[in-house]
Amino acid sequence: MDFVNTLVQGVMLGGLYALFAAGLSLMFGVMRMVNLAHGDLAVAAAYLVVVLLGSSFLPLWLVILIALPLFALIGYATQRGLFSRSLKAGPLSTLLVTFGLSIIVQNGLLQAFSADTRTIDFGALNTGAFRLGPISVSYLGLLTLALAVAVIAGVQLFPSRTRTGRMMRAVSDDADTASLVGANSRHLYAIATAIAFGTVALAGIMSGARSSFDPSMGPAQLIFAFEAVVIGGLGSLGGTLAGGAVLGLTQAFAAQIDPSSTLLAGHLVFLAVLAFRPQGLIPQRAV
Amino acid sequence: MTLLEVQGLDVHHGQLHAVRDFSLAVDAGQTVAVIGANGAGKSTLMRAIAGSHSPTRGSITINGADVTRMPAHQRMRAGICLVPEGRRLFKSLTVEENLDTGAYRAAAGPWNVDAVMELFPWMRERANQNSASLSGGQQQAVAIGRALIGNPKILLIDELSLGLAPAVVKQMYALLPDIVASGTAVLVVEQDVSQALAAADTVHCLLEGRDVLSGKPADLSRARIEQAYFGLTSASGQTVGKGH
Ligand SMILES: Nc1ncnc2c1ncn2[C@@H]1O[C@H](COP(=O)(O)OP(=O)(O)O)[C@@H](O)[C@H]1O
Ligand SMILES: [Mg+2]
Repeated sequence: MDFVNTLVQGVMLGGLYALFAAGLSLMFGVMRMVNLAHGDLAVAAAYLVVVLLGSSFLPLWLVILIALPLFALIGYATQRGLFSRSLKAGPLSTLLVTFGLSIIVQNGLLQAFSADTRTIDFGALNTGAFRLGPISVSYLGLLTLALAVAVIAGVQLFPSRTRTGRMMRAVSDDADTASLVGANSRHLYAIATAIAFGTVALAGIMSGARSSFDPSMGPAQLIFAFEAVVIGGLGSLGGTLAGGAVLGLTQAFAAQIDPSSTLLAGHLVFLAVLAFRPQGLIPQRAV
Repeated sequence: MTLLEVQGLDVHHGQLHAVRDFSLAVDAGQTVAVIGANGAGKSTLMRAIAGSHSPTRGSITINGADVTRMPAHQRMRAGICLVPEGRRLFKSLTVEENLDTGAYRAAAGPWNVDAVMELFPWMRERANQNSASLSGGQQQAVAIGRALIGNPKILLIDELSLGLAPAVVKQMYALLPDIVASGTAVLVVEQDVSQALAAADTVHCLLEGRDVLSGKPADLSRARIEQAYFGLTSASGQTVGKGH
């Protein structure tokens, strides 16, 4: 039963990684850009929720309902004002710009909140679990997994089922030609980034309820998200879910054998995929 | 009023002066052709009218409204739509999705995905196929359909016949009267002179970026067009188009 228990914990952890990775995967699929500030944005969203909860009488669900659209809006503005300029100058400049943004966000958070660790109070959800026979399933982990599946399904269906999504693919294929049928590539890219920021904010909030966080955690979050994306296959969202699960399972089983090898095992699986199956488990379909 | 009016247009690629002091007018219901050899500046001219490339001087107006500095993505709304050289279908989209992109910022009008599929019945069977699996002629049809669905006031077509078999070229040109009858003017650019002459009300001959000869096809002799097209020395001893 230990095995099944570990399996369940691993899949739920994988759900969190996949939730982190969805936005990273979307931005790579549409714009071929990697946002190095991705993890820091998640941490920033967690702090925003802590602040809003502490300074107002708003209930948690309302705070989250404010934080997610706000992050989407920030994503839209960041794309139009910052990323779109750097994309014109090439991939290296985009990497540098997002790296700079990562440092700014980290240090801004450190300045504002000190290096103390925090958690988001989800009330009973924080610690609650139900027993399924001998297995303990945490409500939070299950909720995170459900959200990850829903977010990834949504982000997957949007480009194929909506006209805006189809235009996003058209712009991604050939922005010059798409402009001839009226597509403003900067607007459509900004919508992709808005979705990415909104989903990573959700990931940051779920993660902040699961375990404590501090301003310096962003890069580690980014690495897990990045590993989930690469293991699953760049630009493929179904793959991202699988990649998150593989990473989560690896870490959960490694922790059973030797707790100190948890992170190392995840990184080794990532390196093994890069070496032997660089296209990922589920290679890209057009986003 | 003139539908599309281009006046004194200069377009550069860096130092290269690709279109020089070019003027042209298209009225509603007209088909106008611009012919010229490879490298004459035809695509550059079309891209400037469609907004993909900023001119350095001159003006472009649609029904009297100046669109010279309007970004490309807004010109669809202004009534201009370009079928680019080489079709340029969206490769990760299906045939139907490619057509549907034309509807994104479409004006009201007779064309929609259904009307285009009516015109090209084979598209229905291939609606869900990837556009890359089509033949050149089929791709050209999808590219024209995509542009028509926007219901432009004027349809620009860059090299309608490029890379197509003669029989397919004939079919493509046979479409133009239908398009004009639906209320859309057509400005077509060609290297293939004979088709363009047969279809157009007015023709302009472009040589090294200059308009060296223009008029109604019936008024222009074959010899003069050939001279203008190739930049050959004319009977009077002057070099057509080379004078500065
Ligand atoms: N993107 C570009 N950059 C630099 N020069 C270009 C570019 N596109 C076209 N040119 C040059 O501009 C001139 C006109 O080209 P183009 O408009 O494509 O001619 P056409 O369509 O009549 O064959 C040519 O000399 C070509 O080499
Ligand atoms: Mg050309």
